Amino acid sequence: MKRDAVSNAAVSSAATAPLASRPPPSRTAHSTAHSTARRKEPSTPWLSRVEVQRIVYPSLLAAVLLALWQVAVTVFKVPAYLVPSPWMTAQTLVTDAPLLFSAAAVTLKITLLAFSAAVILGTLIAFAFVQSRLIETALFPYAVLLQVTPIVAIAPLLIIWIKNPTASLVVCATIVALFPVISNTTLGLRSVNPGLLSYFKLNRATRWQTLLRLRIPSALPYFFGGLRISSGLALIGAVVAEFVAGTGGTGTGLAYQILQSGYQLNIPRMFAALFLISALGVGLFAAMALLSSWALKGWHESEASNE
Amino acid sequence: MKTHNPQVDTPAIEVLSVDKTYPNGTQALLPVDLTVHSGEFVTLLGPSGCGKSTLLKMMAGLLEPSDGRLLLWRKPVTQLDSTGRRLAFVFQEATLMPWARVNANVRLPLDLAGVPRAEADARVAEALALVGLEKFGDSLPRELSGGMQMRVSIARALVVQPDVLLMDEPFGALDEITRNKLDSDLLALWARKKLTVVFVTHSIYEAVFLSSRVVVMAARPGRVVEEIQIEEPLPRGSSFRVSTGFSRYARTLQESLQRASGEAVL
Repeated sequence: MKRDAVSNAAVSSAATAPLASRPPPSRTAHSTAHSTARRKEPSTPWLSRVEVQRIVYPSLLAAVLLALWQVAVTVFKVPAYLVPSPWMTAQTLVTDAPLLFSAAAVTLKITLLAFSAAVILGTLIAFAFVQSRLIETALFPYAVLLQVTPIVAIAPLLIIWIKNPTASLVVCATIVALFPVISNTTLGLRSVNPGLLSYFKLNRATRWQTLLRLRIPSALPYFFGGLRISSGLALIGAVVAEFVAGTGGTGTGLAYQILQSGYQLNIPRMFAALFLISALGVGLFAAMALLSSWALKGWHESEASNE
Repeated sequence: MKTHNPQVDTPAIEVLSVDKTYPNGTQALLPVDLTVHSGEFVTLLGPSGCGKSTLLKMMAGLLEPSDGRLLLWRKPVTQLDSTGRRLAFVFQEATLMPWARVNANVRLPLDLAGVPRAEADARVAEALALVGLEKFGDSLPRELSGGMQMRVSIARALVVQPDVLLMDEPFGALDEITRNKLDSDLLALWARKKLTVVFVTHSIYEAVFLSSRVVVMAARPGRVVEEIQIEEPLPRGSSFRVSTGFSRYARTLQESLQRASGEAVL
Protein backbone atom coordinates (compact mmCIF):
# COMPACT_ATOMS: atom_id res chain seq x y z
CA MET A 1 0.00 0.00 0.00
CA LYS A 2 2.77 2.35 0.94
CA ARG A 3 4.78 1.46 -2.12
CA ASP A 4 1.75 2.03 -4.34
CA ALA A 5 1.30 5.50 -2.98
CA VAL A 6 4.93 6.30 -3.54
CA SER A 7 5.00 5.03 -7.09
CA ASN A 8 1.74 6.81 -7.91
CA ALA A 9 3.17 10.05 -6.63
CA ALA A 10 6.27 9.48 -8.71
CA VAL A 11 4.24 8.74 -11.83
CA SER A 12 2.15 11.86 -11.40
CA SER A 13 5.25 13.91 -10.76
CA ALA A 14 6.80 12.65 -13.97
CA ALA A 15 3.60 13.52 -15.83
CA THR A 16 2.94 16.95 -14.38
CA ALA A 17 6.32 18.42 -13.60
CA PRO A 18 8.41 19.12 -16.68
CA LEU A 19 11.48 19.48 -14.47
CA ALA A 20 11.45 15.82 -13.50
CA SER A 21 13.57 13.94 -15.99
CA ARG A 22 11.70 11.16 -17.72
CA PRO A 23 13.16 7.65 -17.58
CA PRO A 24 14.41 6.05 -20.79
CA PRO A 25 11.45 4.90 -22.90
CA SER A 26 12.87 1.45 -23.59
CA ARG A 27 11.83 -0.02 -20.22
CA THR A 28 8.40 -1.35 -19.42
CA ALA A 29 5.90 0.95 -17.80
CA HIS A 30 5.86 -1.05 -14.57
CA SER A 31 9.58 -1.16 -13.98
CA THR A 32 10.05 2.50 -14.83
CA ALA A 33 7.34 3.52 -12.43
CA HIS A 34 9.10 1.58 -9.76
CA SER A 35 12.62 2.68 -10.46
CA THR A 36 11.56 6.33 -10.65
CA ALA A 37 9.94 5.92 -7.28
CA ARG A 38 13.20 4.64 -5.87
CA ARG A 39 15.52 7.06 -7.58
CA LYS A 40 13.53 10.27 -7.71
CA GLU A 41 11.81 10.26 -4.36
CA PRO A 42 14.32 12.42 -2.49
CA SER A 43 14.55 14.99 -5.30
CA THR A 44 10.80 15.21 -6.05
CA PRO A 45 9.96 18.87 -6.77
CA TRP A 46 8.32 20.20 -3.65
CA LEU A 47 5.11 21.21 -5.42
CA SER A 48 4.39 17.62 -6.48
CA ARG A 49 4.52 16.30 -2.93
CA VAL A 50 1.09 15.30 -1.71
CA GLU A 51 1.39 17.02 1.65
CA VAL A 52 2.45 20.31 0.03
CA GLN A 53 -0.34 20.08 -2.52
CA ARG A 54 -2.85 19.53 0.24
CA ILE A 55 -2.03 22.97 1.63
CA VAL A 56 -1.14 24.84 -1.56
CA TYR A 57 -4.17 23.95 -3.69
CA PRO A 58 -6.90 24.95 -1.20
CA SER A 59 -4.92 28.11 -0.39
CA LEU A 60 -4.74 29.04 -4.06
CA LEU A 61 -8.48 28.48 -4.39
CA ALA A 62 -9.09 30.64 -1.31
CA ALA A 63 -6.90 33.42 -2.72
CA VAL A 64 -8.80 33.37 -6.02
CA LEU A 65 -12.22 33.37 -4.33
CA LEU A 66 -11.26 36.17 -1.93
CA ALA A 67 -9.92 38.24 -4.82
CA LEU A 68 -13.15 37.73 -6.76
CA TRP A 69 -15.17 38.68 -3.67
CA GLN A 70 -13.06 41.82 -3.13
CA VAL A 71 -13.40 42.83 -6.78
CA ALA A 72 -17.14 42.17 -6.87
CA VAL A 73 -17.80 44.18 -3.70
CA THR A 74 -15.68 47.08 -4.99
CA VAL A 75 -17.03 47.10 -8.56
CA PHE A 76 -20.71 46.76 -7.63
CA LYS A 77 -20.29 49.12 -4.63
CA VAL A 78 -22.01 46.71 -2.24
CA PRO A 79 -22.52 48.49 1.10
CA ALA A 80 -20.54 47.08 4.03
CA TYR A 81 -23.72 46.53 6.12
CA LEU A 82 -24.79 43.92 3.50
CA VAL A 83 -21.54 42.27 2.44
CA PRO A 84 -18.22 43.56 3.76
CA SER A 85 -15.16 43.03 1.62
CA PRO A 86 -12.55 40.48 2.76
CA TRP A 87 -10.14 43.34 3.34
CA MET A 88 -12.58 45.15 5.58
CA THR A 89 -13.28 41.91 7.47
CA ALA A 90 -9.56 41.47 8.02
CA GLN A 91 -9.26 45.05 9.23
CA THR A 92 -12.13 44.51 11.66
CA LEU A 93 -10.44 41.35 12.86
CA VAL A 94 -7.40 43.44 13.75
CA THR A 95 -9.16 46.51 15.21
CA ASP A 96 -11.67 44.43 17.21
CA ALA A 97 -9.05 41.84 18.12
CA PRO A 98 -9.26 42.23 21.94
CA LEU A 99 -13.04 41.83 21.90
CA LEU A 100 -13.20 39.05 19.30
CA PHE A 101 -10.28 36.99 20.54
CA SER A 102 -11.44 37.03 24.14
CA ALA A 103 -14.85 35.92 22.86
CA ALA A 104 -13.14 33.18 20.85
CA ALA A 105 -11.28 32.10 23.98
CA VAL A 106 -14.61 31.75 25.82
CA THR A 107 -16.12 29.70 23.03
CA LEU A 108 -12.99 27.58 22.77
CA LYS A 109 -12.99 26.96 26.51
CA ILE A 110 -16.61 25.80 26.45
CA THR A 111 -15.95 23.67 23.37
CA LEU A 112 -12.92 21.97 24.88
CA LEU A 113 -14.63 21.37 28.23
CA ALA A 114 -17.66 19.89 26.47
CA PHE A 115 -15.49 17.84 24.13
CA SER A 116 -13.46 16.43 27.03
CA ALA A 117 -16.62 15.62 28.96
CA ALA A 118 -18.13 13.94 25.89
CA VAL A 119 -14.99 11.86 25.30
CA ILE A 120 -14.72 10.70 28.91
CA LEU A 121 -18.43 10.09 29.34
CA GLY A 122 -18.89 8.55 25.90
CA THR A 123 -15.96 6.18 26.35
CA LEU A 124 -17.20 5.06 29.77
CA ILE A 125 -20.69 4.45 28.39
CA ALA A 126 -19.22 2.51 25.46
CA PHE A 127 -17.24 0.30 27.87
CA ALA A 128 -20.40 -0.35 29.85
CA PHE A 129 -22.26 -1.24 26.63
CA VAL A 130 -19.60 -3.73 25.62
CA GLN A 131 -19.40 -5.38 29.03
CA SER A 132 -23.10 -6.12 29.23
CA ARG A 133 -25.80 -6.54 26.63
CA LEU A 134 -28.34 -5.75 29.33
CA ILE A 135 -26.89 -2.29 29.95
CA GLU A 136 -26.73 -1.59 26.24
CA THR A 137 -30.28 -2.73 25.59
CA ALA A 138 -31.56 -0.61 28.43
CA LEU A 139 -29.54 2.54 27.71
CA PHE A 140 -29.12 2.68 23.96
CA PRO A 141 -32.58 4.11 23.15
CA TYR A 142 -31.84 7.00 25.52
CA ALA A 143 -28.53 7.68 23.85
CA VAL A 144 -30.40 7.90 20.56
CA LEU A 145 -33.05 10.10 22.15
CA LEU A 146 -30.33 12.47 23.33
CA GLN A 147 -28.90 12.52 19.85
CA VAL A 148 -32.12 13.21 17.94
CA THR A 149 -33.56 15.87 20.28
CA PRO A 150 -32.53 19.28 18.87
CA ILE A 151 -30.26 21.00 21.35
CA VAL A 152 -31.96 24.36 20.62
CA ALA A 153 -35.14 22.90 22.05
CA ILE A 154 -33.68 21.78 25.38
CA ALA A 155 -31.02 24.48 25.83
CA PRO A 156 -33.40 27.08 27.37
CA LEU A 157 -34.47 24.54 29.96
CA LEU A 158 -30.92 23.57 30.80
CA ILE A 159 -29.90 27.20 31.08
CA ILE A 160 -32.72 27.83 33.53
CA TRP A 161 -31.89 24.72 35.55
CA ILE A 162 -28.15 25.21 35.77
CA LYS A 163 -27.20 28.41 37.57
CA ASN A 164 -23.55 28.59 36.49
CA PRO A 165 -23.61 29.97 32.89
CA THR A 166 -20.42 28.18 31.83
CA ALA A 167 -21.65 24.87 33.23
CA SER A 168 -24.99 25.17 31.44
CA LEU A 169 -23.29 25.88 28.11
CA VAL A 170 -20.88 22.99 28.63
CA VAL A 171 -23.73 20.60 29.38
CA CYS A 172 -25.56 21.62 26.19
CA ALA A 173 -22.46 21.20 24.04
CA THR A 174 -21.62 17.88 25.71
CA ILE A 175 -25.04 16.48 24.85
CA VAL A 176 -24.47 17.35 21.19
CA ALA A 177 -20.94 15.90 21.10
CA LEU A 178 -21.62 12.74 23.09
CA PHE A 179 -23.28 10.37 20.65
CA PRO A 180 -20.51 9.90 18.03
CA VAL A 181 -18.08 8.96 20.80
CA ILE A 182 -20.49 6.39 22.25
CA SER A 183 -21.46 4.80 18.95
CA ASN A 184 -17.98 4.77 17.38
CA THR A 185 -16.23 3.49 20.49
CA THR A 186 -18.85 0.78 21.02
CA LEU A 187 -18.50 -0.29 17.40
CA GLY A 188 -14.72 -0.28 17.75
CA LEU A 189 -14.70 -2.32 20.95
CA ARG A 190 -16.88 -4.89 19.20
CA SER A 191 -14.89 -4.91 15.95
CA VAL A 192 -12.26 -7.32 17.12
CA ASN A 193 -10.67 -9.80 14.76
CA PRO A 194 -12.53 -13.04 15.62
CA GLY A 195 -9.37 -15.09 15.14
CA LEU A 196 -7.50 -12.96 17.66
CA LEU A 197 -10.43 -13.20 20.05
CA SER A 198 -10.29 -17.00 19.76
CA TYR A 199 -6.57 -16.82 20.35
CA PHE A 200 -7.08 -14.86 23.57
CA LYS A 201 -9.76 -17.32 24.66
CA LEU A 202 -7.46 -20.24 23.90
CA ASN A 203 -4.76 -18.70 26.09
CA ARG A 204 -7.30 -18.27 28.90
CA ALA A 205 -6.94 -14.49 28.86
CA THR A 206 -9.01 -12.76 31.53
CA ARG A 207 -11.73 -10.29 30.59
CA TRP A 208 -9.44 -7.49 31.72
CA GLN A 209 -6.49 -8.72 29.62
CA THR A 210 -8.74 -9.05 26.58
CA LEU A 211 -10.05 -5.52 27.08
CA LEU A 212 -6.63 -3.98 27.60
CA ARG A 213 -4.60 -5.87 25.03
CA LEU A 214 -7.16 -6.54 22.35
CA ARG A 215 -10.38 -4.56 22.50
CA ILE A 216 -8.93 -1.13 23.26
CA PRO A 217 -6.22 -1.20 20.56
CA SER A 218 -8.74 -2.57 18.05
CA ALA A 219 -11.16 0.23 18.92
CA LEU A 220 -8.66 3.07 18.46
CA PRO A 221 -9.28 3.72 14.73
CA TYR A 222 -13.04 3.93 15.37
CA PHE A 223 -12.51 6.01 18.51
CA PHE A 224 -10.47 8.58 16.61
CA GLY A 225 -13.11 8.68 13.89
CA GLY A 226 -15.59 9.49 16.63
CA LEU A 227 -13.33 12.21 18.02
CA ARG A 228 -13.17 13.99 14.67
CA ILE A 229 -16.95 14.16 14.41
CA SER A 230 -17.40 14.95 18.06
CA SER A 231 -14.90 17.83 18.15
CA GLY A 232 -16.83 19.64 15.44
CA LEU A 233 -20.13 18.92 17.14
CA ALA A 234 -18.82 20.26 20.47
CA LEU A 235 -18.12 23.58 18.76
CA ILE A 236 -21.55 23.62 17.12
CA GLY A 237 -23.14 22.75 20.46
CA ALA A 238 -21.22 25.51 22.22
CA VAL A 239 -22.22 28.11 19.63
CA VAL A 240 -25.87 27.04 19.64
CA ALA A 241 -25.98 27.11 23.43
CA GLU A 242 -24.38 30.57 23.45
CA PHE A 243 -27.03 31.80 21.04
CA VAL A 244 -29.77 30.58 23.33
CA ALA A 245 -28.08 31.85 26.47
CA GLY A 246 -27.03 35.07 24.73
CA THR A 247 -30.60 36.25 24.58
CA GLY A 248 -30.58 35.97 28.36
CA GLY A 249 -27.55 38.22 28.43
CA THR A 250 -25.10 35.82 30.06
CA GLY A 251 -22.76 34.87 27.21
CA THR A 252 -19.63 36.56 26.04
CA GLY A 253 -18.61 33.97 23.42
CA LEU A 254 -18.39 34.37 19.66
CA ALA A 255 -22.08 33.57 19.17
CA TYR A 256 -22.95 36.45 21.46
CA GLN A 257 -20.70 38.74 19.40
CA ILE A 258 -22.53 37.62 16.25
CA LEU A 259 -25.89 38.37 17.87
CA GLN A 260 -24.68 41.79 19.06
CA SER A 261 -23.20 42.61 15.64
CA GLY A 262 -26.55 41.69 14.10
CA TYR A 263 -28.47 44.06 16.40
CA GLN A 264 -25.96 46.84 15.68
CA LEU A 265 -25.74 46.08 11.93
CA ASN A 266 -21.99 45.75 12.43
CA ILE A 267 -21.72 43.20 9.63
CA PRO A 268 -17.91 43.32 9.23
CA ARG A 269 -17.56 42.29 12.87
CA MET A 270 -20.12 39.53 12.31
CA PHE A 271 -18.02 38.23 9.41
CA ALA A 272 -14.88 38.43 11.52
CA ALA A 273 -16.58 36.45 14.29
CA LEU A 274 -17.81 33.90 11.74
CA PHE A 275 -14.29 33.58 10.41
CA LEU A 276 -13.00 32.91 13.92
CA ILE A 277 -15.63 30.20 14.52
CA SER A 278 -14.68 28.48 11.27
CA ALA A 279 -11.00 28.79 12.16
CA LEU A 280 -11.68 27.16 15.54
CA GLY A 281 -13.55 24.31 13.84
CA VAL A 282 -10.82 23.74 11.27
CA GLY A 283 -8.19 23.88 14.01
CA LEU A 284 -10.02 21.29 16.09
CA PHE A 285 -10.46 19.00 13.11
CA ALA A 286 -6.79 19.32 12.18
CA ALA A 287 -5.73 18.62 15.76
CA MET A 288 -7.86 15.46 15.83
CA ALA A 289 -6.51 14.35 12.46
CA LEU A 290 -2.96 14.85 13.69
CA LEU A 291 -3.66 12.97 16.91
CA SER A 292 -5.23 10.12 14.99
CA SER A 293 -2.40 9.80 12.51
CA TRP A 294 0.13 9.98 15.33
CA ALA A 295 -1.62 7.18 17.23
CA LEU A 296 -2.37 4.91 14.28
CA LYS A 297 0.52 5.63 11.98
CA GLY A 298 2.25 2.55 10.76
CA TRP A 299 -0.38 -0.04 11.52
CA HIS A 300 -3.85 1.05 10.49
CA GLU A 301 -4.88 1.16 6.83
CA SER A 302 -6.54 4.56 7.13
CA GLU A 303 -3.28 6.23 8.13
CA ALA A 304 -0.65 3.95 6.64
CA SER A 305 -1.13 5.21 3.07
CA ASN A 306 -0.63 8.83 4.12
CA GLU A 307 2.94 8.36 5.29
CA MET B 1 15.06 -40.05 13.97
CA LYS B 2 11.84 -40.66 15.88
CA THR B 3 11.78 -43.96 17.64
CA HIS B 4 8.44 -43.78 19.37
CA ASN B 5 6.30 -46.80 19.72
CA PRO B 6 2.65 -45.82 19.47
CA GLN B 7 1.58 -48.92 21.37
CA VAL B 8 3.26 -47.99 24.66
CA ASP B 9 3.17 -44.17 24.56
CA THR B 10 0.47 -42.33 26.42
CA PRO B 11 -1.92 -41.10 23.75
CA ALA B 12 -1.62 -37.33 23.41
CA ILE B 13 -5.15 -36.85 22.13
CA GLU B 14 -8.08 -39.21 22.43
CA VAL B 15 -11.26 -38.45 20.55
CA LEU B 16 -13.92 -40.78 21.90
CA SER B 17 -17.09 -40.89 19.86
CA VAL B 18 -17.19 -37.13 19.57
CA ASP B 19 -19.81 -35.54 17.34
CA LYS B 20 -21.00 -32.01 16.65
CA THR B 21 -24.50 -30.93 15.76
CA TYR B 22 -25.24 -27.22 15.54
CA PRO B 23 -28.35 -25.84 17.25
CA ASN B 24 -30.02 -25.41 13.86
CA GLY B 25 -29.77 -29.17 13.33
CA THR B 26 -26.82 -29.19 10.91
CA GLN B 27 -24.67 -32.24 11.51
CA ALA B 28 -21.16 -30.85 11.28
CA LEU B 29 -19.53 -34.10 12.33
CA LEU B 30 -20.75 -37.65 12.82
CA PRO B 31 -19.22 -39.50 15.79
CA VAL B 32 -15.44 -39.73 15.44
CA ASP B 33 -12.96 -41.99 17.20
CA LEU B 34 -9.36 -41.01 16.82
CA THR B 35 -6.19 -41.43 18.84
CA VAL B 36 -3.16 -39.24 18.26
CA HIS B 37 0.03 -40.58 19.82
CA SER B 38 2.78 -38.50 21.23
CA GLY B 39 5.20 -37.47 18.49
CA GLU B 40 2.85 -38.19 15.61
CA PHE B 41 2.15 -35.81 12.71
CA VAL B 42 -1.50 -36.42 11.91
CA THR B 43 -3.23 -34.64 9.05
CA LEU B 44 -6.98 -34.22 8.77
CA LEU B 45 -7.63 -34.17 5.02
CA GLY B 46 -10.95 -33.48 3.39
CA PRO B 47 -13.09 -31.07 1.36
CA SER B 48 -14.82 -27.98 2.78
CA GLY B 49 -17.61 -28.89 5.16
CA CYS B 50 -16.13 -32.23 6.24
CA GLY B 51 -15.78 -31.01 9.82
CA LYS B 52 -11.98 -31.11 9.92
CA SER B 53 -11.68 -27.61 11.38
CA THR B 54 -14.57 -28.31 13.73
CA LEU B 55 -12.77 -31.40 15.03
CA LEU B 56 -9.55 -29.46 15.49
CA LYS B 57 -11.30 -26.63 17.33
CA MET B 58 -12.96 -29.15 19.64
CA MET B 59 -9.53 -30.61 20.41
CA ALA B 60 -8.39 -27.12 21.40
CA GLY B 61 -11.49 -26.50 23.49
CA LEU B 62 -12.60 -23.65 21.23
CA LEU B 63 -15.81 -25.56 20.45
CA GLU B 64 -17.81 -27.86 22.69
CA PRO B 65 -18.60 -31.33 21.35
CA SER B 66 -22.30 -32.13 21.22
CA ASP B 67 -21.57 -35.59 22.53
CA GLY B 68 -18.60 -37.84 23.30
CA ARG B 69 -15.39 -37.18 25.18
CA LEU B 70 -12.17 -35.50 24.22
CA LEU B 71 -9.05 -36.14 26.27
CA LEU B 72 -5.57 -34.65 26.14
CA TRP B 73 -3.13 -36.87 28.06
CA ARG B 74 -6.17 -38.57 29.53
CA LYS B 75 -7.62 -35.30 30.89
CA PRO B 76 -10.34 -33.01 29.52
CA VAL B 77 -8.89 -29.96 27.77
CA THR B 78 -10.05 -27.70 30.64
CA GLN B 79 -7.70 -29.55 32.99
CA LEU B 80 -4.76 -29.49 30.63
CA ASP B 81 -2.72 -27.32 33.02
CA SER B 82 -2.73 -30.11 35.62
CA THR B 83 -0.93 -32.44 33.19
CA GLY B 84 1.95 -30.00 32.75
CA ARG B 85 1.47 -30.27 28.99
CA ARG B 86 0.90 -27.31 26.71
CA LEU B 87 -1.09 -26.85 23.58
CA ALA B 88 -0.72 -24.25 20.86
CA PHE B 89 -3.04 -23.41 17.99
CA VAL B 90 -2.18 -21.88 14.64
CA PHE B 91 -5.08 -20.34 12.75
CA GLN B 92 -5.75 -20.17 9.04
CA GLU B 93 -4.89 -16.47 9.14
CA ALA B 94 -1.79 -15.23 10.91
CA THR B 95 -4.13 -13.39 13.39
CA LEU B 96 -1.39 -11.02 14.52
CA MET B 97 -2.10 -7.79 16.36
CA PRO B 98 -1.53 -5.16 13.64
CA TRP B 99 -0.54 -2.49 16.15
CA ALA B 100 2.15 -4.56 17.84
CA ARG B 101 5.66 -5.31 16.60
CA VAL B 102 6.68 -8.87 15.85
CA ASN B 103 8.41 -9.24 19.23
CA ALA B 104 5.29 -8.16 21.11
CA ASN B 105 3.09 -10.41 18.99
CA VAL B 106 5.22 -13.46 19.72
CA ARG B 107 5.46 -12.52 23.40
CA LEU B 108 1.67 -12.28 23.74
CA PRO B 109 0.98 -15.78 25.15
CA LEU B 110 3.79 -15.30 27.69
CA ASP B 111 2.47 -11.86 28.66
CA LEU B 112 -1.00 -13.31 29.13
CA ALA B 113 0.46 -16.05 31.32
CA GLY B 114 2.45 -13.55 33.36
CA VAL B 115 5.92 -14.79 32.44
CA PRO B 116 8.59 -12.29 33.66
CA ARG B 117 9.72 -9.92 30.94
CA ALA B 118 13.39 -10.93 30.79
CA GLU B 119 12.61 -14.62 30.47
CA ALA B 120 9.85 -13.88 27.97
CA ASP B 121 12.17 -11.81 25.78
CA ALA B 122 14.75 -14.58 25.70
CA ARG B 123 12.14 -17.12 24.69
CA VAL B 124 10.76 -14.79 22.02
CA ALA B 125 14.22 -14.43 20.49
CA GLU B 126 14.61 -18.21 20.53
CA ALA B 127 11.20 -18.79 18.90
CA LEU B 128 11.88 -16.19 16.20
CA ALA B 129 15.21 -17.86 15.46
CA LEU B 130 13.41 -21.21 15.04
CA VAL B 131 11.27 -19.77 12.24
CA GLY B 132 14.15 -17.79 10.72
CA LEU B 133 12.86 -14.32 11.60
CA GLU B 134 15.44 -13.28 14.20
CA LYS B 135 16.07 -10.04 12.29
CA PHE B 136 12.42 -8.99 12.11
CA GLY B 137 11.51 -8.57 15.78
CA ASP B 138 11.03 -4.82 15.41
CA SER B 139 8.90 -5.01 12.26
CA LEU B 140 5.18 -4.42 12.17
CA PRO B 141 3.05 -7.25 10.73
CA ARG B 142 2.00 -5.20 7.70
CA GLU B 143 5.64 -4.78 6.71
CA LEU B 144 5.98 -8.57 6.30
CA SER B 145 4.88 -10.86 3.48
CA GLY B 146 2.06 -13.36 4.00
CA GLY B 147 4.52 -16.20 4.47
CA MET B 148 6.54 -14.25 7.01
CA GLN B 149 3.39 -13.32 8.93
CA MET B 150 2.55 -17.02 9.11
CA ARG B 151 6.05 -17.69 10.44
CA VAL B 152 5.44 -15.12 13.17
CA SER B 153 2.20 -16.90 13.98
CA ILE B 154 4.10 -20.20 14.26
CA ALA B 155 6.76 -18.55 16.43
CA ARG B 156 3.96 -17.30 18.70
CA ALA B 157 2.79 -20.93 18.97
CA LEU B 158 6.28 -22.30 19.62
CA VAL B 159 7.14 -19.72 22.28
CA VAL B 160 4.92 -21.51 24.81
CA GLN B 161 7.01 -24.66 24.21
CA PRO B 162 3.97 -26.72 23.30
CA ASP B 163 3.70 -30.48 23.35
CA VAL B 164 0.83 -30.42 20.89
CA LEU B 165 0.56 -28.07 17.94
CA LEU B 166 -2.87 -27.82 16.33
CA MET B 167 -2.81 -26.16 12.91
CA ASP B 168 -5.92 -25.15 10.99
CA GLU B 169 -5.00 -24.88 7.29
CA PRO B 170 -2.15 -22.56 8.26
CA PHE B 171 -0.64 -22.23 4.78
CA GLY B 172 -3.90 -22.30 2.80
CA ALA B 173 -3.69 -18.65 1.77
CA LEU B 174 -0.07 -18.80 0.61
CA ASP B 175 1.33 -19.45 -2.84
CA GLU B 176 2.57 -22.96 -3.55
CA ILE B 177 6.29 -22.18 -3.49
CA THR B 178 6.07 -20.43 -0.12
CA ARG B 179 3.83 -23.19 1.18
CA ASN B 180 6.31 -25.92 0.18
CA LYS B 181 9.09 -24.07 1.95
CA LEU B 182 7.04 -23.63 5.11
CA ASP B 183 5.97 -27.29 4.98
CA SER B 184 9.63 -28.36 4.87
CA ASP B 185 10.53 -26.04 7.72
CA LEU B 186 7.57 -27.22 9.77
CA LEU B 187 8.58 -30.85 9.29
CA ALA B 188 12.11 -30.06 10.46
CA LEU B 189 10.74 -28.23 13.51
CA TRP B 190 8.44 -31.14 14.32
CA ALA B 191 11.35 -33.59 14.29
CA ARG B 192 13.66 -31.28 16.20
CA LYS B 193 11.19 -30.25 18.91
CA LYS B 194 9.55 -33.70 19.16
CA LEU B 195 6.15 -32.11 18.72
CA THR B 196 2.82 -33.77 18.28
CA VAL B 197 1.06 -32.07 15.40
CA VAL B 198 -2.52 -32.24 14.17
CA PHE B 199 -2.68 -30.44 10.85
CA VAL B 200 -5.82 -29.59 8.89
CA THR B 201 -5.53 -29.23 5.13
CA HIS B 202 -7.43 -29.74 1.92
CA SER B 203 -4.26 -30.33 -0.06
CA ILE B 204 -3.47 -33.98 -0.82
CA TYR B 205 0.15 -33.12 -1.58
CA GLU B 206 0.63 -31.24 1.67
CA ALA B 207 -0.90 -34.19 3.54
CA VAL B 208 1.43 -36.73 1.93
CA PHE B 209 4.53 -34.62 2.40
CA LEU B 210 3.97 -33.81 6.06
CA SER B 211 2.15 -36.64 7.70
CA SER B 212 2.97 -39.79 9.50
CA ARG B 213 -0.75 -40.54 9.29
CA VAL B 214 -3.54 -39.04 7.19
CA VAL B 215 -7.14 -39.07 8.41
CA VAL B 216 -9.35 -38.85 5.33
CA MET B 217 -12.66 -37.10 5.90
CA ALA B 218 -15.77 -36.53 3.80
CA ALA B 219 -18.53 -33.91 3.81
CA ARG B 220 -22.32 -33.84 4.08
CA PRO B 221 -22.41 -35.07 6.76
CA GLY B 222 -18.86 -34.54 8.02
CA ARG B 223 -17.23 -37.84 8.94
CA VAL B 224 -13.97 -39.76 9.08
CA VAL B 225 -13.61 -42.19 6.20
CA GLU B 226 -10.25 -43.80 6.46
CA GLU B 227 -6.80 -43.54 8.04
CA ILE B 228 -3.73 -43.96 5.88
CA GLN B 229 -0.21 -44.36 7.23
CA ILE B 230 2.56 -42.61 5.26
CA GLU B 231 5.59 -44.89 5.69
CA GLU B 232 8.25 -42.54 4.40
CA PRO B 233 11.30 -42.06 6.63
CA LEU B 234 12.55 -38.67 7.73
CA PRO B 235 14.08 -36.36 6.75
CA ARG B 236 11.84 -35.87 3.75
CA GLY B 237 13.66 -33.65 1.27
CA SER B 238 12.10 -31.91 -1.69
CA SER B 239 13.05 -34.94 -3.81
CA PHE B 240 10.29 -36.82 -1.95
CA ARG B 241 7.77 -34.52 -3.67
CA VAL B 242 8.69 -35.91 -7.09
CA SER B 243 9.28 -39.55 -6.09
CA THR B 244 7.10 -42.44 -7.18
CA GLY B 245 6.32 -43.19 -3.53
CA PHE B 246 4.86 -39.69 -3.18
CA SER B 247 2.65 -40.10 -6.25
CA ARG B 248 1.51 -43.51 -5.03
CA TYR B 249 0.39 -42.05 -1.69
CA ALA B 250 -1.21 -39.09 -3.43
CA ARG B 251 -3.15 -41.47 -5.66
CA THR B 252 -4.28 -43.54 -2.67
CA LEU B 253 -5.55 -40.44 -0.91
CA GLN B 254 -7.17 -39.15 -4.08
CA GLU B 255 -9.03 -42.42 -4.56
CA SER B 256 -10.06 -42.52 -0.93
CA LEU B 257 -11.50 -38.99 -1.18
CA GLN B 258 -13.32 -39.82 -4.40
CA ARG B 259 -14.79 -43.03 -3.00
CA ALA B 260 -15.98 -41.09 0.02
CA SER B 261 -17.71 -38.44 -2.04
CA GLY B 262 -19.37 -41.14 -4.13
CA GLU B 263 -17.58 -40.30 -7.35
CA ALA B 264 -16.36 -42.94 -9.76
CA VAL B 265 -12.72 -43.80 -9.21
CA LEU B 266 -10.80 -43.37 -12.44
